[in-house]
Amino acid sequence: MNERAGPSRNIKVDYLTRVEGEGAVHVKLKGGQVQDVQMRIFEPPRLFEAFLRGRHYMEVPDMVARICGICPIAYQMSAVQALERILGIEADPAVRLLRRLFYCGEWIESHALHIYMLHAPDFLGVPDAIQLARTHRDVVEQGLRLKKTGNRLVTLLGGREIHPIGAAVGGFYKTPSRAELNSLVDELQWSRDAAVATASLVAGFDFPDFEQDYEFVALSHPEEYPLNEGRLVSSRGLDIDVSEFNDHFVEQHVKHSNALQARLRERGSYLVGPLARFNLNFEKLPEVARQAAADCGLEAPCRNPFRSIVVRAIEVIFACDEALKLIAEYHPPEAPRVIAPARAGVGHGATEAPRGVLYHRYEIDERGLVVSAQIVPPTAQNQKRMEEDLWQLVPPLAALPVEEITARCEQAVRNYDPCISCATHFVRVERE
Amino acid sequence: MLILCCGNLERGDDAAGLLVGRRLRTLGVEVREHSGEALSLMEAWRGAEDVMLVDAVVTGARAGTVSVWDARSAAFGGGRFRGSSHALGVAEAVELAQALGCLPARLLVCGIEGREFAAGASPSAAVLAGVEEAARRIYENWSGGTAWISE
Repeated sequence: MNERAGPSRNIKVDYLTRVEGEGAVHVKLKGGQVQDVQMRIFEPPRLFEAFLRGRHYMEVPDMVARICGICPIAYQMSAVQALERILGIEADPAVRLLRRLFYCGEWIESHALHIYMLHAPDFLGVPDAIQLARTHRDVVEQGLRLKKTGNRLVTLLGGREIHPIGAAVGGFYKTPSRAELNSLVDELQWSRDAAVATASLVAGFDFPDFEQDYEFVALSHPEEYPLNEGRLVSSRGLDIDVSEFNDHFVEQHVKHSNALQARLRERGSYLVGPLARFNLNFEKLPEVARQAAADCGLEAPCRNPFRSIVVRAIEVIFACDEALKLIAEYHPPEAPRVIAPARAGVGHGATEAPRGVLYHRYEIDERGLVVSAQIVPPTAQNQKRMEEDLWQLVPPLAALPVEEITARCEQAVRNYDPCISCATHFVRVERE
Repeated sequence: MLILCCGNLERGDDAAGLLVGRRLRTLGVEVREHSGEALSLMEAWRGAEDVMLVDAVVTGARAGTVSVWDARSAAFGGGRFRGSSHALGVAEAVELAQALGCLPARLLVCGIEGREFAAGASPSAAVLAGVEEAARRIYENWSGGTAWISE
């Protein structure tokens, strides 16, 4: 059958591959015009916000780490930030350093996985990482070794590489010695060089000419490239404390998705993640990363989501360089964590997961039990923007065979490195 | 022999691999539990020559059926394993290692047929019986009693 002959065509990706979790994309085309776009997230709701109610605040970091096998540290760090605000805990400077180091490990492993195993096949014309290993063995081996560096950092600080258990409200359950951290230096130095090579490699890919007028949203810190603290800022003038999140952002349920879609109350969709961080914080990247970006011809602002693979590589350079700097500065804290008595209150936390801003809000009672929890993951925030990308991407492709349009749509979704399991843990229950 | 037991205790029959490992430990057999994430799984078996991987599988057989495959054989292929919540799982680990030439010299895969994988569910009675059978067969092999029969 000639797919181009009919007046209307449906582009269906019934099961998205090379993304985390279960989702689909449906695009309805009629006469070259897009009639409808739906990013369908059918992974069942996981109800974490409900599970947390009634649990003691000390249990929260371990519970939220279970939301994601790829970005558990992000969940732990946003949670401890929010809970420490309630309890009035000021973390030891060495603990703050270790948390930043912990986060570097997660960025390295998550970005390496996405760049090499999930996204690169789109650009190199192979269906998956297994084929890529057959055609570009050196590339895959480099990616595996880079990811392993991240895993080692996470394991050292978190006790294990998947669902780490080392982080606690107030600090860590156990902190490493200088010698333990120094054992990672050689591999981090190799990884920084490998990340520079990665940026050069992926910058040479063929990128579609596709730029969008996004509102970028990311954390911003006066002196640091954002990881685990900062104000929420945007490319259109938003500049708020994280406690004001719900004053400016709202989550909505849409019929076709089990994940709530977030939007700015005043302006609608927005984009979080590597592109937003890079564009809003470029000057805070270390020299080695800024130089690599310049060598790749990558300038801020970058508005082409397909080039996010290059930005991720730049962020791996940053994460390796930052980890080396933090290890050099490290002196173990006097105590691994600060313990404070429970007190009632409401706290907010936001950190930069590999996929973008991750917001948490908790209310706890005087016994330290969770009364309510709100978790807004980056994939839920980007969901509406993913659909809008497809509305813009598809019309110029309308004359192509369905399978080519489908492949380009899948690639466009993978630009966001969506973590669908993370996005579906919401619960819609009205409190009495 | 390095015995790697994969699965998820919170996803119904997907607990099978981990339950086999825990049963084996009661018999004095050393095992390692693993999430099944592909890239760290490849790290876990790096340097080992003789590996047994235990996990829930879906082949269409009766629930609880225990099968053993040689991962290097033509009979082995992706698609048997329960879909992982990770982007790359056990099947991809085996195929990727094959493509990169870093499969262990001997990699046997012991699969316990599962049917229900709902979040929060308990493993079925049929799968629990399969867990016992798998643990018995692995123990007998480990203690030198029997040879494996591969498909």
